[in-house]
Amino acid sequence: MSKLQNAIVGGVRTAMGYVPSSWLPGGTRDPLIDKRVTLGTQQSRVDGPDKVQGVARFAAEVRMDGLVYAACVHSTIARGKITELDLAAAEAAPGVVLVMTHRNAPKLALPPPIGMTNLKAAGNNILPIMQDADIRWNGQTVALVLAETQEQANHAASLIVVRYEQAAARTRFEDAKADATTPDSLMIERNRLKRGDTDAAFRNAAGSVDAVYRTPWHNHNPIEPNAATIAWQGDRLIVHDATQMLNGTAGSLAKVFGIKDTQVFVSSPFVGGAFGGKALWDHQILGAAASKLAGRPVRIALSRASMHRLIGGRSQTEQRVALAADATGKLKALLHQGFSVKPPHSVCDEAFTLSGRSLYESESYDIVQHTLDLDLLANTFMRAPGEAVGTFAIESAMDELAHDLGIDPIALRLRNIGDTDPVSGAPHSQSDLRLAYELGAKKFGWDRRAATPKSRQDGEWLIGMGCATGSFPYVRMPGMSARITIDSNGHATVSSAAHEMGMGTATVQRQHAADRLGLPLDYVTVRIGDTDLPFGSFAGGSSQTASLGAAINAASAKLAGDLLRLAGNDTPLAGLRANEIEFANHGLRKIDEPSRYESFASILERASRSEISAMGESGAPLEILKFSMHSRSAIFCELRVSEVTGEVRVTRLVGAFDCGRILNPKTATSQFRGGMIMGLGMALTEETLLDKRNGRIMSASMTDYHVPVHLDVPEIDVLWTDIPDPRTPMGARGIGEIGIAGVAAAIANAVFNATGKRIRDLPLTPDKLLSD
Amino acid sequence: MAIAINGTDYSLPDDPRVSLLDLLRERIGLTGTKLGCNQGACGACTVILDGERVLSCLTLAVQADGRAVTTIEGLSKQGDMHPLQRAFIEHDGLQCGYCTPGQICSAVAMLGEMRRGDPSYVTADLVAGLGSTTREEIRERMSGNLCRCGAHHGIVEAIEEQLVGDAA
Repeated sequence: MSKLQNAIVGGVRTAMGYVPSSWLPGGTRDPLIDKRVTLGTQQSRVDGPDKVQGVARFAAEVRMDGLVYAACVHSTIARGKITELDLAAAEAAPGVVLVMTHRNAPKLALPPPIGMTNLKAAGNNILPIMQDADIRWNGQTVALVLAETQEQANHAASLIVVRYEQAAARTRFEDAKADATTPDSLMIERNRLKRGDTDAAFRNAAGSVDAVYRTPWHNHNPIEPNAATIAWQGDRLIVHDATQMLNGTAGSLAKVFGIKDTQVFVSSPFVGGAFGGKALWDHQILGAAASKLAGRPVRIALSRASMHRLIGGRSQTEQRVALAADATGKLKALLHQGFSVKPPHSVCDEAFTLSGRSLYESESYDIVQHTLDLDLLANTFMRAPGEAVGTFAIESAMDELAHDLGIDPIALRLRNIGDTDPVSGAPHSQSDLRLAYELGAKKFGWDRRAATPKSRQDGEWLIGMGCATGSFPYVRMPGMSARITIDSNGHATVSSAAHEMGMGTATVQRQHAADRLGLPLDYVTVRIGDTDLPFGSFAGGSSQTASLGAAINAASAKLAGDLLRLAGNDTPLAGLRANEIEFANHGLRKIDEPSRYESFASILERASRSEISAMGESGAPLEILKFSMHSRSAIFCELRVSEVTGEVRVTRLVGAFDCGRILNPKTATSQFRGGMIMGLGMALTEETLLDKRNGRIMSASMTDYHVPVHLDVPEIDVLWTDIPDPRTPMGARGIGEIGIAGVAAAIANAVFNATGKRIRDLPLTPDKLLSD
Repeated sequence: MAIAINGTDYSLPDDPRVSLLDLLRERIGLTGTKLGCNQGACGACTVILDGERVLSCLTLAVQADGRAVTTIEGLSKQGDMHPLQRAFIEHDGLQCGYCTPGQICSAVAMLGEMRRGDPSYVTADLVAGLGSTTREEIRERMSGNLCRCGAHHGIVEAIEEQLVGDAA
């Protein structure tokens, strides 16, 4: 498929080169870029009162009559077969309603994999679920217990005895490298990029670096566990889920159970953090299957340990970066190669090689990455997949090169950023990394950095400063749709099966709709979060704001035409065409003659209508094939490292972002900081520990997987260029993921500046800093 | 044999294994208190027991016999939000909102600890008291409440505003 995909994407890109920009989505500059009222202003979250009072309803909090609780029993081997299942004690335990194993589970089809062409697919782990005795990873669910209470289910699960016939399992990253495979494409890009003579470039280089960087398995660890409350009503499946893929989950469950999409209702009004970890995994399918067998509604709320066994994380990576430059720092060669894990049942390429080649011009490139097949739980997308770990490698290497050449690290980067896409030559829709560095360096006080490592000290503490670039591509998803309804009071309701995992979806889209429709904020309500609403694409790839923005924009255009028709001839708007009118002041008016105006309420009243509705959809994102569309950041870090303990304490972070227009500075600041704090964890503490002998995750709890706590989080200043992207709705690009990119590199570079030690292996734990 | 929860008496569960958290969420239906890790690592389940913050996942319901529990639902009075709840919204001390009830309950009780001068790990001088290192003190004392979205700054600012308000 992916060779074909390369051919198709390549063909469309070539064709796009000849298509005038004005024909494409984003061809016409969104008028809201220049005409903002509430967009760009600080707005508190509309769901804030519900959240701070504890009344926002999450998936495991839906009450149902006759509800039973599920507990999972996980395999303790990585590969083999179940030979014996002793269920008698569990089945006899108090309160037990059902023990489901491969012997009695209903027939279930494979879930359709998340992909670029099927918006109704949300599958992450494409393996038979409880259909046979085969074990494919350590942690696979071998039995599911339903009982009247969670305590009873947990106890009964502990009574189940499983015996296995073990087979040889592949659980070691190192061993699998010999059998690595090379995908043809990564996302929509070709994997392999070979251009120019890299060998010659290294022979003639004034400065160079050639090093291997390693990043471990990471887990999302949202504070809300993955959970679902599930019921069958006849042949209709009701799932109250924690998901960032509402329609994908509905479509996938329909396939698994052999029913129609319309027979599945998925609701997820609030999601307690997701970061890529809340799509369709085995537990929702097992819960629905068990509910069907037992004839009872089921709550399956994963324990933290079960989350680690059943919800995949970010793949481990090993990345070689080699750079060669002339004496001025101009790149002559850029090599980025390496390995990540992607078993055949996984849907996610950890595309770590895409950042460098979109950022830096080089005379020659040699870029390719390989995937390893291991007997492990499927890896998946985690905040800034590819970019989070890719920028660690490439931006550490840039710092090493700067040191080798004796050039300021910022100057080296600015010397190599391109005016157009370095590989395709496509123009940027908007890009100003230079300004981001300028703003960030000034705020941070970069001029106070000592270029020589280990030159600042305060007692036992060595002090250092570092910086790095972050990058994340713009994504707008097709298929996202929205309905705008205006009632007789002139109040607008915008609805879409969109998702709220903390981004402020309803808050920002309410601002958008208000400005789009010429209404004050309190005349707009945004309804999101279930599949009864118009079709929603997933909340991933930082795409939701742009996708829903495009859908609302399309719906508003349709609405304007419909209102004009409804207004008829007995109106100041009579005889006008859709392109002559605009929304303003609770109604429609002629663009160049504002006195020709009629309010929504008046139009509806004259037509004896109680409301009017229009639907709109985000169309094919052809603009991303014509333009190079990326958000960038300049990340700065100051920290201290104890000479005694090797402990790293980050004292200050600054992030300067070039992400198009910022729609709500209050929620945007939180999202940027949130990404940077996850980057802080990635840099210093986060690591999923695997027992390499048997593929068992050893850190299956929040006491063993260390995320930053309040005392770890330093002052973080966030600023932005706020330059509109003329090719996007509202001039904005997504900001959910860019925050994490570049942070680990900035911290590792600051550690080098503080200590003179270059650590290329995350996390930067004290043992690595104490050893020589 | 009863637990007073937000001023209303509830009888103890039959099953002695039931945690205070499960009693609240699954038996009584007070789902404002959140289950995050169920092993005392994340703080999402923090409630106030006789004025002190406790992790309700590590507290058996029977341990609360005869005692008073305040949950997030009990902080709003007649629909009026607690000042700290309003401050969390104003300072954007939340994103997904899942750790938020635990952060707020923890902070309400923590403010009591600071007011009575309890020292913490970062308190420089135990004799001189808490002094002016407020923000660091708040961070240390709130470190048992994890937030994965990264709303730490807004949380600390909201709590700091309360402390400053107290002092004024």
